[in-house]
Amino acid sequence: MSAQPVASTAATPNDLVLDVRDITLRFGGLTSLDKVSLTHTRGEVLSVIGPNGAGKTSLFNCLTGVYFPQEGEVRFYPEAGVERSVLGRKPYAVNRLGIARTFQNIRLFNALTALENVKIGIESRQKTGPIGAMLHMPWNRREERESDAEAFRLLEFVGLTKRANEVSSSLPYGDQRRLEIARALGTRPQLLLLDEPAAGTNPAEKRQLEVLIRAIAETGISVLLIEHDMKLVMSVATNVVVLNFGQVIASGTPKEIQRDPSVVEAYLGSGDEADSAAVPRKAAKKAPAKQPPATRTED
Amino acid sequence: MSNPTLERGETPGPGSRLPWHRNEDYRRMFSLLMVGLVVALMTGPSGNRDHPTDGFTGSWFHPRVLLFLGAAAAIGVLMTLYDRSKGAGRRNPLQPVIAPITAVRDRMTSQPLLRYSVYAAILVFAVLYPMTLTPFWQRVLVDQIGVYVLLALGLNIVVGLAGLLDLGYIAFFAIGAYTTAYFTGKLPVAPPFTLNPFEVVPIAILATLVAGVLLGGPTLRLRGDYLAIVTLGFGEIVRILAVNGDAFFGTNVTNGPRGAVGIPHPSIHAFGINYDWTLKSLPYYYLLLVLVVGLLIAFNRLENSRVGRAWTAIREDEVAAAASGVPTVKYKLMAFAIGASTSGFAGVLYASKVGFISPDNFLLLFSLLVVTMVIFGGMGSLPGVVLGAAVLQWMPQVLRGKVPPEDRYIYFGALLILMMIFRPQGLLPSRRRSRELKLSEEGLGGADSLGATPGTTS
Ligand SMILES: Nc1ncnc2c1ncn2[C@@H]1O[C@H](COP(=O)(O)OP(=O)(O)OP(=O)(O)O)[C@@H](O)[C@H]1O
Ligand SMILES: [Mg+2]
Repeated sequence: MSAQPVASTAATPNDLVLDVRDITLRFGGLTSLDKVSLTHTRGEVLSVIGPNGAGKTSLFNCLTGVYFPQEGEVRFYPEAGVERSVLGRKPYAVNRLGIARTFQNIRLFNALTALENVKIGIESRQKTGPIGAMLHMPWNRREERESDAEAFRLLEFVGLTKRANEVSSSLPYGDQRRLEIARALGTRPQLLLLDEPAAGTNPAEKRQLEVLIRAIAETGISVLLIEHDMKLVMSVATNVVVLNFGQVIASGTPKEIQRDPSVVEAYLGSGDEADSAAVPRKAAKKAPAKQPPATRTED
Repeated sequence: MSNPTLERGETPGPGSRLPWHRNEDYRRMFSLLMVGLVVALMTGPSGNRDHPTDGFTGSWFHPRVLLFLGAAAAIGVLMTLYDRSKGAGRRNPLQPVIAPITAVRDRMTSQPLLRYSVYAAILVFAVLYPMTLTPFWQRVLVDQIGVYVLLALGLNIVVGLAGLLDLGYIAFFAIGAYTTAYFTGKLPVAPPFTLNPFEVVPIAILATLVAGVLLGGPTLRLRGDYLAIVTLGFGEIVRILAVNGDAFFGTNVTNGPRGAVGIPHPSIHAFGINYDWTLKSLPYYYLLLVLVVGLLIAFNRLENSRVGRAWTAIREDEVAAAASGVPTVKYKLMAFAIGASTSGFAGVLYASKVGFISPDNFLLLFSLLVVTMVIFGGMGSLPGVVLGAAVLQWMPQVLRGKVPPEDRYIYFGALLILMMIFRPQGLLPSRRRSRELKLSEEGLGGADSLGATPGTTS
């Protein structure tokens, strides 16, 4: 299909939160992203789907400063009228801009409690330095209290209040996923990137996640969501972009995407996807020599 | 220490179908006997390159050899019996000693009253006990233990909290000491003005801070192992500069291997206080006590602050930390600089207490020693590193006169090996660190290059 940029809605440029233009990322001979373009309207949930190895995580890594694509541009609009270029910034600086993320293979601080995990995100916006921390002045203590309060608020938001003082690695899988989201929210992002948040969770946890993503979007945070679970995508996404072999093969509303023959082919070869609770995690049949195993870490 | 096929703890009991040579008990006994043999060899008459086994000259049934082999066998038998008595044998033999300590520590976190009573008791002991000591031990307490407690506290920030392996740490100690020598006018080059050692403190801290940033800036981007090598090199560079500094472009700057002598004792003449420190050790001890207590409070706050948490985050998962908005390089640099300046501060005190410094005070060995103290005591744990420094500095002094001087480090090494086997987390480990160690043993954790990490992910 065409790889041309397709604006997901009839958005005026002012409504955009993210504008990705023609980014190309190569690893040696392997082109993992091939002139990928997409636009993300502020406040909406945009879902990126595609078979394994399609380049979804690579796209996230380009958007968060982990990879530096050879070509293309990424523009981020923290607020209407303010434009920032993302490429070339370090991961922490991208986070400062207002883009937070979670990881496909959960990356929590395993020996820290749930509360401490969230506080690390929150505190990246605070000011207390080493001297202040040692002197423990009233304003330092106030920051500490603020961080505690905010962390508890976020834990409540994701439904982990009871788990606040548990060590994060001891939490059930679904809780860990939500904790990672809370940590990302702690950095007060305008744009939140979620990399397969439902992977490995049970149906009950998936429903909780669905509610959570809606709630996040309602607070005005734009969400970019990688997900294999089509049911989840259909229910929360405003728009969907489909990647295959590093190219955008389709984009549009979930309904349109479901009917798009090229998408069906990319995923299933043929057949009806209507009954698909989850799109099979197998890659397209004609997948080229796929390099590392799927459990490869993102960095 | 665990072998891949047979983990400690799932030791098969008697009657298990494993061949005997794969039985954990036999394997352990064999290793212990080998260690006994090596220790016997090393503590015997010294050998040389051509006759490395001179340790065994005479009889294989020399009492020394028998003693060490016997001790090894006894330890092996005891451990086996202990395991059997415990059934599954997951516990380690130190458990009866550790359990009460752990219980008290756990209770201390939940009960402030108990906590402060324990602190008060320790403080009272620390104030009164040294008065009863002989001058020799008072001197050990200051020159060896006190100074190294300061060093270990500083390095704990770098290694224990931020997870950076710094093997050139003693270089900052040297910079602090030489700065003192310079500003008190005891180096061949005259300073612009002479100062009291106390007045040198801010200068030395600043100098080491700058040195730390200069070294750390380009190198902290490196991964753990490379950082260790670069810092090791830095430590040697500083020492060699001091050695060869007697002909620095034709001028004598450092007085070379002879070092600086006659560095004055500090004195206070301010705020209505007039006090001069002298050769006596006890007044220095109290000075150090005040400083150590102050640092303990400050570093404890630091650890439990935003900054300390950021260090922990970096140590556990640098990628996730960066993705959570933590500027990793900046924080590492901060840890490095704080450690360096603590080391420099200790250097000032050491120089003015002892009055004499030479490049021999700043050997690589001492850097390694401080790292050992931190690991031995428990990385990231303040009481741990204080205890670690104290024990490791105290031990060689106790052995003095009891064993041949050149053998002292063998006992030292044996202690460390035993520690690594039975209590890899250190004497009084920090909670976070023990969790990390446990997680990494289970193949879950992302501990840094310092943690024993059989299955590191990240
Ligand atoms: N660091 C890297 N080095 C080499 N190749 C890489 C690297 N990162 C990604 N790739 C390759 O880029 C392609 C896209 O990988 P990516 O992880 O983005 O896929 P994905 O869409 O996230 O798949 P999944 O659904 O399995 O998570 C793959 O072929 C992968 O092998
Ligand atoms: Mg992926």
